Amino acid sequence: MHPNNDPALSDIGLAETVLSGGPRTDRITGMPTGSAPIVAGGPIVAFDNVSKNWGDNQVLKALNFNVNPGEKVSIIGPSGSGKTTILRILMTLESPTEGQVNVDGDVLWDVKLGDKIRESKVMRATRRKIGMVFQGFNLFPHMTALENIIEAPVHVLGMNKAEARDRAAELLQLVGLGTHMNHTPPQLSGGQQQRVAIARALAMRPKVLLFDEPTSALDPELIGEVLNVIRNLANSTDMTMLMVTHEMRFAEEISDRVVMFDHGSAVESGPPEQIFKNPQEERTRAFLQAVLKH
Amino acid sequence: MIWDNAFAISIIPMLLKGLWVTIQLTLLGTLIAAVLGLVAAVIRRLQIPVVSPAVSFIVIFIRGTPLLIQAYVAFFVLPIYGISFNAFTTGVVIIGINYSAYMAEVYRSGIQGVPNGQWEAATALSLPATRVWFRIILPQAVRTVIPMLGNYLIQMFKDSAVLSAITVVELMATAQSIGTSTYRYLEPLTMAGALFFLVSYPASRLVNKLERRYAPKQ
Ligand SMILES: Nc1ncnc2c1ncn2[C@@H]1O[C@H](COP(=O)(O)OP(=O)(O)O)[C@@H](O)[C@H]1O
Ligand SMILES: [Mg+2]
Repeated sequence: MHPNNDPALSDIGLAETVLSGGPRTDRITGMPTGSAPIVAGGPIVAFDNVSKNWGDNQVLKALNFNVNPGEKVSIIGPSGSGKTTILRILMTLESPTEGQVNVDGDVLWDVKLGDKIRESKVMRATRRKIGMVFQGFNLFPHMTALENIIEAPVHVLGMNKAEARDRAAELLQLVGLGTHMNHTPPQLSGGQQQRVAIARALAMRPKVLLFDEPTSALDPELIGEVLNVIRNLANSTDMTMLMVTHEMRFAEEISDRVVMFDHGSAVESGPPEQIFKNPQEERTRAFLQAVLKH
Repeated sequence: MIWDNAFAISIIPMLLKGLWVTIQLTLLGTLIAAVLGLVAAVIRRLQIPVVSPAVSFIVIFIRGTPLLIQAYVAFFVLPIYGISFNAFTTGVVIIGINYSAYMAEVYRSGIQGVPNGQWEAATALSLPATRVWFRIILPQAVRTVIPMLGNYLIQMFKDSAVLSAITVVELMATAQSIGTSTYRYLEPLTMAGALFFLVSYPASRLVNKLERRYAPKQ
């Protein structure tokens, strides 16, 4: 899909780890690599007529939105347009007011079923296929980087501790923090914390990884190291990635598709070349003009 | 009345014995309060129908009535219904339950102080509820609670004197009984007060240190 030739990758030890792995299996998701995303089974994420209201404020408006397996999708749009809400509904941190959400063929949300879907077996099983990287990292501050990463594999997947540690060490290597295993979040910079958070999410081998403005809370000089890690993931895995971002250049570079949101609706969706070079919608044009001005 | 030094020295062993009982009361009572308070705070937070409101009511009720009355009821009234323990056990349990109602409030604010993002990260990782509580939330909540726990421990140390009213022979009761049997109150009461102070003052200095150590870093 994308050539893996970013010189910056070697800085954080990503290039060696991933490239030396060869084409056998994906070191992160454990799935076969090299092939183009297989779309035969239908979308991996499907929003079907999903609405979300906060009182009178309709944040999502009968949204229909699909993501195909392996697709890297960036969501852009003005603040308050409902971008975060989409990710939070997928992560089950928020419930929709209307509609249905399916992930990998399984029900995550179905408002018709009422309250019994919430924290049901089905939802919990489906949720395990999804991971999320938060704007504010949300690492567990009283645990080391390693402990943060092995917690869920050991206590959710039932992996034995030794194996989980080995994998965590590998993942930390992958995000360029192989030497920071025993650091706690307060001992790490924002950029390092976010990279640990990415490793923590990857440790659960999610099929879909969500990013909510992963670099918005970072000092400018720390943004690059996090983007490099995400770029490398996008280039080297078949994992589906759904990212809300204000980094337009980055979105253009790594995405298969960019979706423009405004007032709770997908206004325009298309390949990055279309969205950034030749937007079809006036609102997309206006938004890009406003954010790219400076 | 003039201070009698020889008499004062002669009652020191008895007072120290009373002090030891007071310390045992305090440590065991604090243990009960710390555990029950935590249980109450978690149950309230879980919002279980019937159970959580019931616990809330009990907490409010305990906080709204004097320790002395609770102790009297437990020691003099409950035995009528066949529930009776010795004075020390009753005293420890009653003061522990009484303080647990206050500790529950402290834990509540500690739990509330854990950022929402911690719960959200736990959900995103699909961690089971027990793991979320014991590994993620409570360790962070208790950190902020430790200095308050220390303050309550010191307060309980002094409050436990109330239990002399249900015949627990702690420091206060020892001083009183020396007074009634010798008709000298000056020395035992003064020295009992001094002993309370000698323990509580260094303890509160220690708590201050803890407070600074566990203060939210910012
Ligand atoms: N907990 C909440 N209560 C009320 N309104 C909310 C809440 N969360 C989000 N909103 C509202 O939903 C709208 C969309 O929010 P969000 O999805 O975060 O937008 P974006 O990520 O595109 O900036 C905003 O108007 C916001 O104020
Ligand atoms: Mg947002």
